[in-house]
Amino acid sequence: MAKTEFEPSIRSRPVYGELEAKNGKAHLFIADADGAGAILDMAKSAPKDFFDKAHIIYIPKDSGDKYTDQLKALGAKQFYAGPSYEASVTRIQRVLADASNGLQIYLSGTEGLMGQAMREATNVGYPYSAIQTEHRGSKARRMQCVHCKGVTEDVITDPFECSHCGLNLFVRDHYSRRLAAFQGVCVDAEDPGNVPDKVEIT
Amino acid sequence: MNIQFKDETFRDDYTFKNSDEAIKRFPFPFDKDSYMYAVNMEPHTPVREGSVYYNSFDVDEHYVSEMRDRAMVLDDDPLRCQSLPHMELAGWDLLELIMVEKAKDYPDLFELHRDGDNWHWINKPLGIDDKFTFMDATTLPYGPMEYITRQTQGDFCVLDQRDDNLWMDAGMVTTQADWSLDFDIGMNFFEWHAPVPLAHEKGIFVRALKFLLNIQQGAPARRLNWTMTVNPLLDTSPENYHKWGIQKTTLTPENIGNKQHLRVELQTFFRLPRSNALVFPIRCYLIKLEELVTYPKWARRFHRVIRDLPVELATYKGFIDNRPMIIDYLSQFDDGAETSPGVWPED
Repeated sequence: MAKTEFEPSIRSRPVYGELEAKNGKAHLFIADADGAGAILDMAKSAPKDFFDKAHIIYIPKDSGDKYTDQLKALGAKQFYAGPSYEASVTRIQRVLADASNGLQIYLSGTEGLMGQAMREATNVGYPYSAIQTEHRGSKARRMQCVHCKGVTEDVITDPFECSHCGLNLFVRDHYSRRLAAFQGVCVDAEDPGNVPDKVEIT
Repeated sequence: MNIQFKDETFRDDYTFKNSDEAIKRFPFPFDKDSYMYAVNMEPHTPVREGSVYYNSFDVDEHYVSEMRDRAMVLDDDPLRCQSLPHMELAGWDLLELIMVEKAKDYPDLFELHRDGDNWHWINKPLGIDDKFTFMDATTLPYGPMEYITRQTQGDFCVLDQRDDNLWMDAGMVTTQADWSLDFDIGMNFFEWHAPVPLAHEKGIFVRALKFLLNIQQGAPARRLNWTMTVNPLLDTSPENYHKWGIQKTTLTPENIGNKQHLRVELQTFFRLPRSNALVFPIRCYLIKLEELVTYPKWARRFHRVIRDLPVELATYKGFIDNRPMIIDYLSQFDDGAETSPGVWPED
């Protein structure tokens, strides 16, 4: 599975690139599910010994064991596979708190994973423009309900029901890096009950 | 100047209306019979005594009631006022700017007495008399930005300037045209304007940003923007859209003159001295269609503007469904006569 191509959108919507091995004192990879593929593809052209200074934090999600052995085989100095982003986030914070200048950060996989990990990095002072990203796999979005402020993870349809307040929300492209979420807005406010059919997000 | 402050509401029973004097000074935004986005910046210097452009921060008959409505919005949702940690200095800059300007422009209403850092602020319309230490937030009941913007009409965005961009890093936003400070805080100029159609393609934001980055202390600028609001609802927030959106469906040919409002934003831009931040007040003025049409020039022109507005803009401004009814109403006041150039009602 190659990197995801998105239609051009509004200026607040994140755009993602393609991971590339950069010179650095250390390398931190944070990936979920098919995001592993981006690391594996990048590794093909990485210099010898590149992973000696690498730390890979991987959340397999529904990809199960598909990539785990291949990632381990890269020989990273530290490798961690966790059951969920939430379970791994204190580890991510700890690693970032220790990081010195010259740490390169690579994020790959879903938008929710990349957005949240990027927020952790920018919270400790990394400029977002210096963080590499590559989208792979599900186009599910992390959505904030503008009404109740609750975040619904892994939204794959538009509209969707807020998992907190239950309103029917449409999926905007407007995105907040601070919240690591897109904005969901009530779809039937002007015609209560008239909710369009759900379509898969593309 | 003698302002009679009104006791009125912007919710529930909606008793807001404009006096004849307030109608006459309404900032009608159309200087010709058509509209398209433009940067349309001009120096914020006094124009025509009595107009909304005469003072740095216009105070009008709605002041006391607007501040009461703001306090109610903040009680319901404190996230409407936020300031990222590095913005407190800009908050003090803003407090100073507003206090100094209001005390100068409205000496009957506001007084500022300064003895070094010991300041004494008197706001007569709101019954406030506070002594505090400038730059010491523990001596005020709120942070400096919140304190002064609870006493000043209009929303306030305080923009940090860095990396050749402006960043929405603090604000007091309770009278907004359907955008969320809580969502947009921390965004740069292009990001928070991202949902606006057509203007990016026209290069409006690139030119506007270039202009704003170069605003100098003591040389503020202003522009107007506008939209349409059903009922005189100041808090048209996305947060509460699921509650107020339905009101847009309540227009009838009988009530439209009273219920449909033109909503104009007087946007001003001031450089702040210590922080080098830019403060961007967005002052909302509302006028009922039946008030607006009391000036034939405005009635004719507004009919033509609304009739000929591109579909994308009418959609973005949220009145595409009501446009036919609005045009029907306004058309009865348009006899096709020529309109004189400029915004003033009687020129």
